[in-house]
Amino acid sequence: MGLLDQKFDNANIVVTSMDNLLNWARLSSLWGMQFGLACCAIEMMATGASHYDLDRFGTFFRGTPRQSDVMIVAGTVTLKMASRIKVLYDQMSEPRYVISMGSCSNCGGPYWEHGYHVLKGVDRIIPVDVYVPGCPPRPEALMEGLLKLQEKIRSESLARKKSA
Amino acid sequence: MVTEFGRVLIFLIVGVVFVAGGLIFAWLLRPHRPYPSKLATYECGEVPVGDTRVRFNIRFYVVALIFLLFDVEVVFLFPWALVYRDLGWFAFLEMVVFLGILLVGYAYVWRKGDLDWDKPAPKVPRFEQGAGVRETHLAEEEIIV
Repeated sequence: MGLLDQKFDNANIVVTSMDNLLNWARLSSLWGMQFGLACCAIEMMATGASHYDLDRFGTFFRGTPRQSDVMIVAGTVTLKMASRIKVLYDQMSEPRYVISMGSCSNCGGPYWEHGYHVLKGVDRIIPVDVYVPGCPPRPEALMEGLLKLQEKIRSESLARKKSA
Repeated sequence: MVTEFGRVLIFLIVGVVFVAGGLIFAWLLRPHRPYPSKLATYECGEVPVGDTRVRFNIRFYVVALIFLLFDVEVVFLFPWALVYRDLGWFAFLEMVVFLGILLVGYAYVWRKGDLDWDKPAPKVPRFEQGAGVRETHLAEEEIIV
């Protein structure tokens, strides 16, 4: 029954208006699952605090994956943690997005060469939408990552893509 | 011309419509894609093991029971507090008597140790051994004889 499950063939004014409304509603209230693993978590906390406020984007952190839209993987992903990340990503409800914050979750970071217990990039286990580079990225960089995710959501559409 | 009760009814209806409307609207919009890993019990990423039935400490029951009794007392205090100024000294003294009776109960609960969270041993009231009770071994001998 879900409207977000369906795809419409013709992109008429009703479908596009619905697109705009639903996408605006979804990007304006991206509830994040707090998933700070290491030093990037400190920068994520700083971004959520009062100076670089995340609440003005409608984002505030939920403790449970069931109520969150976006999972910000902030920090080094060890192999022990990776199985739990996979379980938690599975337990998030659609539509769900992942922001990979920092070098460690993008590609393994400083541990790319000799880290024997580090997962070299969280995109090996879950699909990532936005990568935020930095070690750690400044709060402004994380906010830009969030804004890029909002642009990505804004461009989603209920109309079926016509194959050329 | 809506009565006071009518206003409460409108409030009730609007409240129900607000909540139900939001939930129904969300149900109409959201995608429905269940799979076993998503439906598993949440345990911070760990695989859940065992049953969720835990045995509750009996102290919670005792605290809740005592709270209930004194909460009923407070419920009686509320309407009295609204009108006692018009009723004069008689109502005040009557409430003092009521609170005094309940204060005796409060003192009993306190002394008995029901308000302590850490109870080393139950405080059984002490009484003289055999006060008012005939000693039983003599009675048996009398019956045999």
